Amino acid sequence: MNFSITVNGIKKTVEADPETPVLWVLRDNLRLTGTKYGCGVASCGACTVYINGEPTRSCQVPIEDAEGATITTIEGARGRVAQSVQQAWEELSVVQCGYCQSGQIMSAISLLSRNPRPDEADINDYMWGNACRCATYQRIRAAVQRASEILES
Amino acid sequence: MVSEISRRSFLKVGAAASSLVLGLGADVLSAKEHSDAEFTPFVRISVDGTVTVIVRHFECGQGTATGLSTLVAEELNFPLAEIRMEFAPAAADVYGRNGFMATGGSGSMRDAYIHYRSAGAAAREMLISAAARSWQVSPENVNLNNGVLSSIGKSAPMGRFVVEATQFPVPAKPQLKSSEAFTQIGNPEIGRIDNKEKVTGAAKYAMDMHLDDQVTAVILRSPRFGGKLTSFDVANVVDNPDFLRAHALPNGDGVAVFAKSTWAAFQARDLIIAEWDFSKAENRSSDEMRADLLSAVNSDPEYHAKGSIAGTASALENATQIIEQEFYFPHLAHAPMEPLTCTLARTETGVILYDGCQTPSGAQAVLSRMLQLEPKQIKIETLFAGGSFGRRANTGADYHREVAMAFLLFGGETPVKLVWSREDDIKGGYYRPAVAHKVRMGLDGTGRIVGWDHRVSGRAIFKGSFLERRMVRDGIDLGSVEGITDTPYSIPGHYVGVTDERSPITVNWWRSVGHSHTAYVMESMMDMAAAAAGQDPVSYRLSYLMGDSPDQKRLASVLRLVAQKSDWDGQVPEGRSRGVAIHKSFHTYVAEVVEISGNANDGVKIERITCAVDCGVPVNPNVIEAQMEGGIGFGIGHIMRDEITFTNGEVDQFNFPDYEPLRINDIGAIDTFIVPSVEPPTGVGEPGTPPAGPALANAIAATGVRVSHLPMSTNGVEFV
Repeated sequence: MNFSITVNGIKKTVEADPETPVLWVLRDNLRLTGTKYGCGVASCGACTVYINGEPTRSCQVPIEDAEGATITTIEGARGRVAQSVQQAWEELSVVQCGYCQSGQIMSAISLLSRNPRPDEADINDYMWGNACRCATYQRIRAAVQRASEILES
Repeated sequence: MVSEISRRSFLKVGAAASSLVLGLGADVLSAKEHSDAEFTPFVRISVDGTVTVIVRHFECGQGTATGLSTLVAEELNFPLAEIRMEFAPAAADVYGRNGFMATGGSGSMRDAYIHYRSAGAAAREMLISAAARSWQVSPENVNLNNGVLSSIGKSAPMGRFVVEATQFPVPAKPQLKSSEAFTQIGNPEIGRIDNKEKVTGAAKYAMDMHLDDQVTAVILRSPRFGGKLTSFDVANVVDNPDFLRAHALPNGDGVAVFAKSTWAAFQARDLIIAEWDFSKAENRSSDEMRADLLSAVNSDPEYHAKGSIAGTASALENATQIIEQEFYFPHLAHAPMEPLTCTLARTETGVILYDGCQTPSGAQAVLSRMLQLEPKQIKIETLFAGGSFGRRANTGADYHREVAMAFLLFGGETPVKLVWSREDDIKGGYYRPAVAHKVRMGLDGTGRIVGWDHRVSGRAIFKGSFLERRMVRDGIDLGSVEGITDTPYSIPGHYVGVTDERSPITVNWWRSVGHSHTAYVMESMMDMAAAAAGQDPVSYRLSYLMGDSPDQKRLASVLRLVAQKSDWDGQVPEGRSRGVAIHKSFHTYVAEVVEISGNANDGVKIERITCAVDCGVPVNPNVIEAQMEGGIGFGIGHIMRDEITFTNGEVDQFNFPDYEPLRINDIGAIDTFIVPSVEPPTGVGEPGTPPAGPALANAIAATGVRVSHLPMSTNGVEFV
């Protein structure tokens, strides 16, 4: 079946089984590989994208439910918040293997868009679902707070 | 020991028309034997001034790409941030160590420290010589900084002299900078080289490969280790137009399922019905495995690894006090964030493997045998690896073997991308083996150790592996006893006995290998001894590290540092408890203090962790700190709540919900302190892991509960 979605501002038509998760449509059909497969069961957050503005585990949304949706992936992350987050992530060398970091960054942008000055507990609560096997967590906490500072300046 | 340039080795220059390529030559003999591998280019400088460092190891997050590039950057006086890096091609004769190209043992920096600096220093000297000749000045009067050559009244970008520089002989012994002159090595402001692509989603991993005409293969494997396929049926796979076909693997290990997309392959596989022969499979449950291991450590050992069993027995007879403790460690999966995957495609001259490749030599050997090609016909493009923790390297080269079988089954022409799901990964073996320990320790009337009888039983990791010659001695697998037999502590009456366990369950090295369990036992026992002696755990440990050996001095020094930085002698805040542990692994000394609140019954919260590390010259302090943070997190997360268990031979866990990774709210801040050092640099990828678990266990013990069977969460400890 054909589905229409708008990805990073560009309208796309994709042919896929209706049950195919958005994750695999992005990766296999559209070759947008910044969004990662980590678990397929919404347990790691590596596949986090925005669907109609909401941070979403793309492994859980069948393409048929995303018909007509607007999707933003890490490749399309733009704006002041996104820039601040990516800058902070670079300043603090948060990444190690880096595989989960697209999802971490998408979640962090979303957190700061809702709460520009999160404290440690806010960050822990919001970022809980994004697993990092390299355990870069304390740098993630620090980078979210650094991004918040950059945003305020 | 630092690798020196051997007499039979020499720096060589490769003069491509538009670049200066420098590396450390293979030795004379192998250079003759491999005429097309005349030098090992570590650094390439182009006429436009671009500096590219060729990294001979893979990058799974441990920071080696940053580290090796920093060495070149330092000697070339060129900013790391402007350096490009690329992964070396698979060529063991030029990039390998002892003819084998691989990454492991936290050894990349230890091996590269002189090699990569020499390449950078030689390039610097040759560029300076070229400029000096052109400007008719003495080389001493030419400087190279930030890519610019300058002398009195003259300056030019270094790219302009690249072609001329290649005409100069390569300095046999380039002058390395003195450590006082370092501006990048040891500079905590220097960040990682791969930040940009990893924060924008641009970094390319093997999972991101997509060749236009590829098919995706997933493997339906036996639910029990050692099971063999007897039949399978695809009749249920309907309404899946992207499913292509399925074939039995020739070795009976499963069914290769081919589809046009990853999702279609997963869906098709779920509907295939397979029958298995379990007659030679592991059919036990975890309880039986644990009972078997504990029985082994309560019996006569198969091997004597250290000391005299009789001597220790008689020392224990004279002890005033005996402390006896069993320990049990479950199987653990590595579960790197990127599940295993690689792509194999035909080329005009052979094949190419796209992989986050930890063992290019292993992959080449397996692929050349299976595809009947010469190793050099197997090209490998190494991509970023989404973690490994040891999983991507194993002697059977399991996923390379699978991709080769799948490639051949599909006809041997179509590119095949092999993909593992997370479930495949959790259930797929190559685990840190389950291990049991039993220690009987005797103390005299003053609390001093008089004897230590230590029995271990688990699967031998190195037996049968490509590291067997180095890691198995007189039948004793060092993976079972490292960290015990070579403990820096002066332990009188120390006996170590080992019994190998046997099972079809595949096992493998897992971040810090044997140290992942031996440190837990050693450091729990030292704490129990200190408590029994009524002494402070730090000073008690120090009393066994009073000798003059570098091992004892360096381990004592990280212990003193962590005690100072954690305010060990100060008042412990109300409701808090602390535990300490120290361990040497991979030539690196680490001490950690874990501070918790709460207790085992009401819930433990890990509040803060202090870490001190001595890894020789700290090349990239930022990376060292990151590896301590990550190593601690990895170690402590598994010790808190992870285990792979079996019911009638089948793995009980399936994915992250029941093999729960450490989460952001699980641990507080980790503060790492690096001991200044001029000793040769050692590794940091693994050594942060071993002390984390026992430091936590010792903190919990301070609240009254000694946890000796893991994971903690199923053995009486609640975490909040």
